[in-house]
Order: sequence, then structure tokens, then C-alpha cells
Amino acid sequence: MAAGDLTVLQFSTQSTANLTAKVHPLVIFNICDCYVRRPDQAERVIGTLLGSVLPDGTVDIRNSYAVPHTESAEQVALDIEYHHNMLVSHQKVNPKEVIVGWYSTGLGVTGGSALIHDFYSREVPNPVHLTVDTGFRNGEGTIRAYVSVNLSLGDRQLAAQFQEIPLDLRMVEAERVGFDILKTMAADKLPTDLEGMEVTMQRLLALIDDIYKYVDDVVEGRVAADNSIGRFISDTVAALPKLTPPAFDKLVNDSLQDQLLLLYLSSITRTQLGLAEKLNTAAQIL
Amino acid sequence: MAASSTARSFLQVAATEEVISPLRVVQIEGLVILKIIKHCKEFSPALVTGQLLGLDVGSVLEVTNCFPFPIREEDEEIEADGANYQLEMMRCLREVNVDNNTVGWYQSTILGSYQTVELIETFMNYQENIRRCVCIIYDPSRSNQGVLALKALKLSDSFMELYRANSFTGEKLREKNLSWVDIFEEIPIKVSNSALISAFMTELESDTPVTQCDYDRLQLSSNPYMERNMEFLIECMDDLSMEQQKFQFHYRSLSRQQAQQQTWLQKRRAENMARKAAGEDPLPEEDPTNPIFKPIPEPSRVESFLITNQIANYCNQINGVAGQSFNRLYLMKSLHDN
Repeated sequence: MAAGDLTVLQFSTQSTANLTAKVHPLVIFNICDCYVRRPDQAERVIGTLLGSVLPDGTVDIRNSYAVPHTESAEQVALDIEYHHNMLVSHQKVNPKEVIVGWYSTGLGVTGGSALIHDFYSREVPNPVHLTVDTGFRNGEGTIRAYVSVNLSLGDRQLAAQFQEIPLDLRMVEAERVGFDILKTMAADKLPTDLEGMEVTMQRLLALIDDIYKYVDDVVEGRVAADNSIGRFISDTVAALPKLTPPAFDKLVNDSLQDQLLLLYLSSITRTQLGLAEKLNTAAQIL
Repeated sequence: MAASSTARSFLQVAATEEVISPLRVVQIEGLVILKIIKHCKEFSPALVTGQLLGLDVGSVLEVTNCFPFPIREEDEEIEADGANYQLEMMRCLREVNVDNNTVGWYQSTILGSYQTVELIETFMNYQENIRRCVCIIYDPSRSNQGVLALKALKLSDSFMELYRANSFTGEKLREKNLSWVDIFEEIPIKVSNSALISAFMTELESDTPVTQCDYDRLQLSSNPYMERNMEFLIECMDDLSMEQQKFQFHYRSLSRQQAQQQTWLQKRRAENMARKAAGEDPLPEEDPTNPIFKPIPEPSRVESFLITNQIANYCNQINGVAGQSFNRLYLMKSLHDN
């Protein structure tokens, strides 16, 4: 080795500086389901992540599927043909979803993971590795995402380092369905419109109560005033459109009348249907 | 070995038929719901379908997984492709220990307009191979209002028998006392989740007291949705009136034919009397070759039943949304007063 040049261990961080990953709740459901169904001798589940890369560089992970693999102390073997078959099938339905990485259950990154990561980096330039801790080892289910960064010494490649990237769990879809349904082990029935409305209104009421209490506390000096919150509250209250009471009443009454009219129309239609039914089947040619 | 009085011989057991307990509940996993929602939403407003996999246990039909179907073009070659895709998916899923049993299919719909003859045909196709199958309908446009519009449907047994016999005359229907409500049976849905996923969801649940679902529900503008509903309703009424006109036409032609038959019969009788007076043999009083004796086929009532079903569905939806709107309007009113 030539003396004199100081060789520095380089971490190439520029490419990963802005990389973040977004995970949809379906992926987590998929992973958990595959983990629960894994064959008895396997300790963890490995699979492919599908999604797309958004224009601002974030990796959007939308779907996943498990890939059967065999693992021993020294080596890991992945069923590549299965992986390709599933990929082709999935792309028939949604050609926009491409491979963006792979996942494995378990807390940390193990030695075998580097090999698998190598395999995936042949398919995709910069695969994301997602780990989902199904064992709840830290007392909570940690979900982490990594990318591989090359450590090079001068011109030589030393090793690859798994660097963690920020992960964004977009639970919006799960919220839409309702956490009550997804959280419990058995929900007896899906909520109807009016029941859902009731729940929402209760939540709104609770929020309004909280704000009321907070404002009261601040006014009486029990709680230190936070200017930003105060400004926020005043903005919200000011967002109510300023209508004179008669104009507002007219607006509300008009909408009420529209809805009542529709309700009346639908009741008439149903009555008509009942009558038509009786006439049609009861009529006989004598 | 002498069989005791309580034990039954193998032959006896094989001879007794299994009593099929009626389907009472469809148990879906949260995973399936999310998958269906994702698939339907991505391709809306196009209508998509997919296959349901699961187990048939007693009076509960468990749906544990599903996979989507690619959008099929109208081409003969692609038919074989579609079957291949299905086999491939089922084989791959079997390797990861997913239940390999088809229990039905799901499809998306717009504003609840799913009652078509194709649905019935698909049901009959599935019913030939599987003892119990169910169809899950998801409505993405309604779910934007904050309601999870998921329904599990099954054809009622009496309707299936009639359909197989392909006889939908008024008499048969009156015999079986079948009306348009009896075509589809809606089965209540139960949701179940594994313990692992329930632990994850409990942890990942956001701490905010208000969720996206609530924002959707409290939206004040339901007018576009109602307008579309009314448009569909009006179109359906047009269709229904067309069907009724067909019936009227049929009745009119039937009565005309009967009148014609009567006059012909009278003429024959007069002729016969004249012949008897002349001593010749009387002619038969029936003439099957005469076209006025040809029976006129009665138009099938399936279409009108389906349309009636659809109209009822729209009316129900309007009622539901109107109820929600009332709540919101009164809420707004009281907030403003304060």
C-alpha cells in the first residue's frame, strides 16, 4: 500500500439523505398474516415489498407478498422462481407496482440479510429493507426501514452498512375503515350510518368540551397561556362564515327541505313498488 | 365385530345425507377488508372483481384471504390467460399456507347498482362447483361519506331452483310466494383479526381523538352524491316502465288471441251443426296447426325483479344519507346559535 496518502473511511451519505419510506397498513396486515401462517420450522418470514417511488424521492410501499425460504446457520436460500411468478401475477393486476425492497420479521438485521439484500439490489437499484418485530421484544412492535450504504476505504469496498431511514406509517386507510373494527379480535357487526354518526358526534362534543375547559383554565390563570394555541383557536372560531341569522336560517331550512323532499320521494317510490308488485303477480288471465 | 345398537354401520353413515346448516354469518378478516378497499379504490370508477378464499365451517363462512383479478378485455385468448392466472395465484398462495379454498368473489359497484343478470349467472356458475359461496359488494363512492359500505350477498335457494328450471311465469312465482325481495339474501358480516395484528393495530392507533373517518362523516356537502343517486333512480324508473309496457303488451296480445280463439271455436261449432244436419262427420273442435292457437311465451320477470331491487336499494341509500344530513344540519344550527 502506498505510504503517505491518508485513506479515510468514507460514508457515502448523500444519496440517502432525503430518502424516506411510507408504509400502508395493508403491508403490515400482510406481513402479520404471513408470519402467523409460516411453516413450523421457520423462525422468520421473508418477502418482497411492492410499491412505487414518488417524484420527490419517497418510497411508497403499498403491497407485499411472502416468499418461501430456507435458512440455516451458514446460508439462506430464497425461492427465486416463486418470487418471479408472484411478481408477474401481481403486475397483471397492477402494472404500476414494482419491487421496492424486501421485508423480514424479527428485530435486528442479521448476517443472512446482507445476502438477501444483495439479491434484491440486483433487481432494484436501491432496495429498502423493512423489519417488523413480531416478537415484541422491546415491549412494542418496532417497524424499521433500512437502506444499504456502501462503506469504502479509499477505492476498495469494505462492507455494506444498513442505515436506518425515517419511516412514515400512513394509517389513513385504516382510520377510514375504523380502528374499532381492525383492533379487536372479533367485531360483531359493521356499524351502520347512524351509529357511526353518533360516535363521531360524541367525539366532536368531547373535543369542544376540552377546548372549553382549556380556555376557562387560561382565563382563570390556572394554566399558562400558550399564544400559538390561542391564535389557533381564534382562527378556528373566525373561520365560521359570518351570516346574519335570517340568512343562516334560510340556508339551513332550504337544505332541510331538500332532504325532506328526497325522503318523501323515496318513500313514495317504495310504496309504488309494493303496489306494482302486487298487481303484476296477482293479475291472472281468467 | 357385532355392531352395538348405538353404533351405526359404515353403510348407514354413508347413506345418510349431510344436513347443510343454513349460512348465518360471514366472518371476514381485517386483511381481506383492507385488500378489497385498496383494489376497488385504486381502479374506481372502473368496476373490478376478485376472488375470495377461506373456509366453510358449519354455519359460518370464514373468508381469510383474497386476490384481485386483472381487468379482462373482451378477447377469446385472454380467457385462457385468466384461468391460468387464477391457478397460478392459488398455487403460489398454497405454498405459503394460505387457505386454498374458493368461497366466493367480490366486486365493486357504483352507488349500489349491482343487481344485474350477470351477477345471477356468476352465482349459478359458482354454485355448481362450490356448495356455499358468497358475493361481497363494496361501494367506494358511499365509503367516501364515512360509512363502510360492505355487503355480503347470496342468492336465496327458492330463487335458484326457479332459475334453474328457467320458468318465471306469474303462476310459478305465485305458487312459491316469491317476490322481488326474495332474490338476494343479505348475510350479516363479522370481522375477526388475529391476535398479532390486533396488537400491532392497538399500538399504531393514532392518539388523536378524531380520525379521518370522522372528517368524512362531518362533511356538509352531500349534494353531489344525492344528485347522482337521483339520476340513477330516474333511469331505473324508465327501465321499469319499459318492462311494465312489455307486460301490458303481452297481456293485450294474450287477450286478443283468446278472443280470436273464441270466434274460431264458434265458427267450428256452427260448421259442425251444419254438418250434423247434413249427416257428415263433425270436424274436431281443436286445430293445433292454426297459428291462433300457438301459446304466446310470457316475458321473463327476472329483469323487472332486478330493477325493482335496484330501485329499493337506491331508496334505502337516499334514506341513509338523508338521515345523516339531518344530523349534520341540526348540529350546525345549534353551533351557530351558540
